[in-house]
Amino acid sequence: MYKVKVFVTLKESVLDPQGSAVKGSLHRMEYNEVQDVRIGKYLELTIEDSVQDLDKSVREMCEKLLSNPVIEDYRYEVEEVVAK
Amino acid sequence: MRFAVIVFPGSNCDIDMFHAVKDELGAEAEYVWHDEENLDRFDGILLPGGFSYGDYLRTGAIAQFSNVMDEVKKAAQAGKPVLGVCNGFQILLETGLLPGAMRRNESLKFICQPETLNVVNNETMFSSSYEKDEEIVIPIAHGEGNYYCDEETLKQLEEENRIIFRYKNNPNGSISDIAGIINAKGNVLGMMPHPERAVSELLGSADGLKLFQSIVKSWRENHVLSS
Repeated sequence: MYKVKVFVTLKESVLDPQGSAVKGSLHRMEYNEVQDVRIGKYLELTIEDSVQDLDKSVREMCEKLLSNPVIEDYRYEVEEVVAK
Repeated sequence: MRFAVIVFPGSNCDIDMFHAVKDELGAEAEYVWHDEENLDRFDGILLPGGFSYGDYLRTGAIAQFSNVMDEVKKAAQAGKPVLGVCNGFQILLETGLLPGAMRRNESLKFICQPETLNVVNNETMFSSSYEKDEEIVIPIAHGEGNYYCDEETLKQLEEENRIIFRYKNNPNGSISDIAGIINAKGNVLGMMPHPERAVSELLGSADGLKLFQSIVKSWRENHVLSS
């Protein structure tokens, strides 16, 4: 089995009002060293190792559903997991 | 003229939409469940507001893959009028029938209030009963109506006169004050404000009714007068 960790984030050119609110809060807590906060999504997919082309398959899933390419970027990490 | 009001799990403006079309407009309307596989019997498609599939992942993201959306795409290709309001607009964006995407409102608040809109283009099948630059009052009710598209797309929308409604006082941060846009072919309109909630003076405004009247007017011109 594979464990695929997908990170979806807003594109740099897209304002992130939630991230700005969190940054404001951190500054009020006096963590003034924080320059920027961006909020994203984290998804974990467990995928059968019989999949033919894992990268192709994950990329398609990310582009068709898991992220919206108009405003979001994605990246992912793959871990091989020994089935229990 | 016969309208389909598409109902997804989580739609909550479907009854308002049905009422607007059936009772106030006087057209035929039918609720259609999201797993419907044929919309051939309808002349117009209405995607109502709400929280389809709980807005999981992104607004409209899950709805785009429901059975009925293949039929909605077919209807759009065939030139039938397709109107998406609020969550319906979000679904049209996710489906790719309209360009761009929605972000959280700039204020991060859910905003529910009447808004004044400018009718930017009154030469469409959805807006022909309005005057150009007419100011109309239609309520909004959304947390994610902050429209975004890249500069190239915005330029194209402007050049092709595809921005139909603009907010007079931008409530949510939408790029270029956009409240509603149309596709290149001119038969798919997405808008965040709710025209179906503004169909009689009793509701505070009847300005939304003209939108539905425009659709019927255009349909009659193409289907009734010519036959």
